[in-house]
Amino acid sequence: MNALNFFFGIYPYIALSVFVIGSWIRYDNQQYTWKTDSSQLLSKSNMWIASNLFHVGILSIFAGHFAGLVLPHALWVGLGVSDLQHQWIAIVAGSVFGSMCLIGGAILWLRRMFNPRVRAAGRRMDAFILGWLLLTLVAGLSTLPVSIGHANHGDPGVMLALSGWVQSVLTFQAKPELLAAVEPVFRFHMVLGMTVFLLFPFTRLVHILTAPLSYVGRAYQIVRSKRRLKATASA
Amino acid sequence: MKIRAQFAMVFNLDKCIGCHTCSVTCKNVWSNRKGIEYAWFNNVESKPGVGYPKNWENQEKWKGGWEKVNGKLELKAGGKLKKIVQIFANPNMPEIDDYYEPFTYDYARLHNAPLSEAAPTARPVSQITGEKMDKITWGPNWEDDLAGEFAARAQDPNFANMQKEMYKQFENTFHLYLPRICNHCINPACVASCPSGAMYKREEDGIVLADQDRCRGWRMCISGCPYKKVFFNWESSKAEKCIGCYPRVESGLPTVCSESCVGRIRYNGIILYDADKLLDAASTDNEQDLYKAHLDLFVDPYDPAIIAQALKDGVPQSWIDAAQKSPIYKMAVEWKIAFPLHPEFRTLPMIWYVPPLSPVQSQIDQKKLPTESDGVIPKAEAMRLPVQYLANLLTAGKTEYIQSALNRLLAMRSYMRSINVDGEPDLGPLNRAGITEQNAKDMYRYLAIANYEDRFVVPTAHEEIRLDDYHGFQGQNGFTFGADNSKGYGTFALFPERRTESAEPREPAPLAGERD
Repeated sequence: MNALNFFFGIYPYIALSVFVIGSWIRYDNQQYTWKTDSSQLLSKSNMWIASNLFHVGILSIFAGHFAGLVLPHALWVGLGVSDLQHQWIAIVAGSVFGSMCLIGGAILWLRRMFNPRVRAAGRRMDAFILGWLLLTLVAGLSTLPVSIGHANHGDPGVMLALSGWVQSVLTFQAKPELLAAVEPVFRFHMVLGMTVFLLFPFTRLVHILTAPLSYVGRAYQIVRSKRRLKATASA
Repeated sequence: MKIRAQFAMVFNLDKCIGCHTCSVTCKNVWSNRKGIEYAWFNNVESKPGVGYPKNWENQEKWKGGWEKVNGKLELKAGGKLKKIVQIFANPNMPEIDDYYEPFTYDYARLHNAPLSEAAPTARPVSQITGEKMDKITWGPNWEDDLAGEFAARAQDPNFANMQKEMYKQFENTFHLYLPRICNHCINPACVASCPSGAMYKREEDGIVLADQDRCRGWRMCISGCPYKKVFFNWESSKAEKCIGCYPRVESGLPTVCSESCVGRIRYNGIILYDADKLLDAASTDNEQDLYKAHLDLFVDPYDPAIIAQALKDGVPQSWIDAAQKSPIYKMAVEWKIAFPLHPEFRTLPMIWYVPPLSPVQSQIDQKKLPTESDGVIPKAEAMRLPVQYLANLLTAGKTEYIQSALNRLLAMRSYMRSINVDGEPDLGPLNRAGITEQNAKDMYRYLAIANYEDRFVVPTAHEEIRLDDYHGFQGQNGFTFGADNSKGYGTFALFPERRTESAEPREPAPLAGERD
């Protein structure tokens, strides 16, 4: 087995398994540790700009990756988006949200490293995972010149290979050979990105999974009754 | 109609001496852990003053509580969508310096310093960073007994509609202590602000709690509470707040702050209210009518129709009995001498306050102040404390209610004085204040004597309603961090462990026997 087969044929499943099973166990067994670990109380300056840039950036990037790589190719073709248009949208959106995320993330990382209160209160894992995300982001951003080069030559081949590989992994028919011809910078970014999933259950990143969207539809007041517990237990 | 029971308290400010025993007891029992060194579930403020955290009453700044928007009740910080949008950085979140940077002292230095001409000093150490601090510039009770210049405490929003400059003069200075805990509101803004649904109100006694397991640290409750009585534990990243001492209350004991109050100013009891009317009450148009609307929520625990409905709604008979003996009902509803703190926040708070008197005996002796017919007890408007200030604190600025309460408190005094000094009761003051002789005697018993069993009428919880095998549950009720092995000691933990323990001076003081 060569490195290509391992990193793109087996490693994705290791990362995804740890991601799913690890998150599940932690949610089930360690609910108390499932939290944002906000440090806004300790230092508020620059938080508004940095945290918003970072979060909006990274969530948009995630959504973009999902739309571009996971959703079936036929959907975009059906919507009348040509492969080249698709690639240019990805390049522009990636640059915009990537830059937002990078600027915000960099401020947050500096704050975490050099603000004495945030540093003292933080865990080493916090700085590590933020650093890892930024490294992955920088690797992702450095694929942009390559992508632009391909797009200028009217060649969406790499993009199609990448999305083909993602879909092959998600359908449990991993085809690492699709990535043989892809530039190394993409593969570097992908390994870093898969590792984010691997690390996910062991970090504060888990708070994404409990984004409180249900709040929007909820009644304001919550009253917990003891009687109802008994009623359901005996029913 | 839906009857619910609420565990409520009254604080008699007239007798608060500002000794902070309540705060210290509470701190030692509930909030001496890492991450909430700065948090005082119970604190006593000197008023006028900006308080703790600084300027907490100024909702233009903090956006806590509720407001009426186009005739509808809405969180002042904005609705649910706005909260979601602001979730990455809460713009209304206080910073640790709005409370104070928690500190301890390097006491070991006093033992370990080498021999020197000058006495060694124990420098302050930050409990967040563990570093030495140059200077402590703010603390939990920095304004104690009107410390600091007038300009600073004049920022107190309760000076609204007052000519506050005259209170700068020493002769006109006034002062009261304001003990504050979570108000366990009937319409809590913290619960409404919590995106993850971790904050909740208990149906059986109305105590408001933060579910430590479900709290994700979105920190909206911190800013949502207009009293700033939900705290962010920066160590655990969870909301923590006054738990109404529920393990004690469930056992029929008063809260630990009430139990330890040396001035006997705290009253614990049950009050019944109509939960169907609470939204209407909180939505009252004119904020000066909120106190009245709040009062109208409470129902008469002697009314047979109410009792029948309460039993139907699951209120145990022992709780109805307690509601009938409740000191809260007597003071708030029967005598109308207790008021909610800042009703204009629209949360329907359930810690009520008896406004303080502030007679100036020497002025009375010189006949410079208008008095009651006895020539000794001053009239309410002659008090040192401006009625408008108390009204801004307790009735959204409406002075009539405060005036009436002060008149009743004074009339009771005048009446008791006539019995004890003149030997025959003078009913004149009582009639003018609109209370009966029996009222005055009861008020005397509850306010002046304040027996333990009159102050604390706390029925035990009915665990058997919840648990089939309640004996099996014995001994398991208490406060934990949630998942026990997340404490990080003793057992191997796969997931992020706790950080190191609280920042304390690194060299402990030597034990007595270790010194030579």
